[in-house]
Amino acid sequence: MTPLSAILVRDMRIAVRVGGGALMGVLFFLLVVTLTPFAIGPDLALLKRIGPAILWLAALLASLLALDRLFTSDHDDGSLDLILMGTAPLELVVAMKGIAHWLTTGLPLVLAAPLIGLFLNLDAPAELALVLTLLVGTPALTFIGLIGAAIAVTLRRGGLLLAVIVLPLTVPVLIFGVGAANAAVIGPVSFGTPFTVLCALTLASLVVGPFAAAAALRQEME
Amino acid sequence: MRLTAVDLHCHRGGRDVFAGVSFTVASGEALTIVGKNGAGKSTLLRTVIGLLRLTRGRLTLDGGDPELTIAEQAHYLGHQDALKPSLSTAENLTFWAGFLGGHRSIDVGGTLEAVGLGALAGLPAGYLSAGQRRRLSIARLVAVKRPIWLLDEPTSALDSAAQQRLAGLMQGHLAGGGMILAATHGPIGLARTEELRLDQTTPSAPVAQDRDEAAQDGP
Repeated sequence: MTPLSAILVRDMRIAVRVGGGALMGVLFFLLVVTLTPFAIGPDLALLKRIGPAILWLAALLASLLALDRLFTSDHDDGSLDLILMGTAPLELVVAMKGIAHWLTTGLPLVLAAPLIGLFLNLDAPAELALVLTLLVGTPALTFIGLIGAAIAVTLRRGGLLLAVIVLPLTVPVLIFGVGAANAAVIGPVSFGTPFTVLCALTLASLVVGPFAAAAALRQEME
Repeated sequence: MRLTAVDLHCHRGGRDVFAGVSFTVASGEALTIVGKNGAGKSTLLRTVIGLLRLTRGRLTLDGGDPELTIAEQAHYLGHQDALKPSLSTAENLTFWAGFLGGHRSIDVGGTLEAVGLGALAGLPAGYLSAGQRRRLSIARLVAVKRPIWLLDEPTSALDSAAQQRLAGLMQGHLAGGGMILAATHGPIGLARTEELRLDQTTPSAPVAQDRDEAAQDGP
């Protein structure tokens, strides 16, 4: 087993075990989206119009849930010291932790989205567009979140700070994610334009996130 | 292989933790670092592997792998056990062996036997006692071969049988050409060790004096 596959397997195992937080994200996502129709009322036209926005907001908040423990738990039990002593570059280790986190919290959201879309009166093409935007956009949320998780690692109750740092950075992803989904539901813009920008944002965050997070971790270990 | 430290200084939190520390450890040798609480034993071990930055001084490793840093050729057994409570004993060991050791496959069962945890391979690490967690951490040192062992009070929480087993492992490591730096308060069961006292090398009095003078010079 290479160092990087070892950390991927370990993080995924921890996430799906008791207290791991993989299921919590999906449950939270389900709850937020289910509560919305109760709050807004049975106005199907309105629900259809704001449906993608609600699903995206819920996905954004759900992907933040387990992020604060991502590096903090490794820092608290001394694992981070040993990770820094490994031969694998810290940037790649951080990226692997991000991938493991997305596979256990982001991907379940994408898979649950079609079911939840029914609650918001979305039809089949809209569902497909929404799932596509979530599939492409949630990795960006995770990898931007890595930066906040790394900055908050040595702080007690860093979860709140994490949200304050990460949420403003996710605004572009949110705008173009919802924009692309809405374009497919109500038009008039074509789906491709905002979706391409969303893809670009994700690719950029996949590169910037691990480097920024690794730099923050190195700084804090001093 | 020889690890040489020349005139190490570490300044943290507004005070000198230690200053002017020099030592040499060669293959097959062990160095115990002794000193009262707060003398900087753990800090010294952490600076050797770069987890803390040296204010001044030089650390060199002759005869090691030139491609790797000192930290990448060292094992660090700190106060924290670096174990995940939700993973089993065997899974914890497999992870660290894979992460620290790379491609080499290891004999998990045999390594756990070597530290006396063979019967607990499937048990989540969260159920282990403090001494058993310590032994599982030590298993990491056995599973992955690295020439330098940095041990921070390695015998804490270990019962006498486990302490003897650890002493055996350390002797085996030294006999195989490894080196050991151990911060400790008591004997760790090695026959011949060099000793580094941190109390004497820490110039705490002059530092305090400097600070008094600075205070007097101020407005």
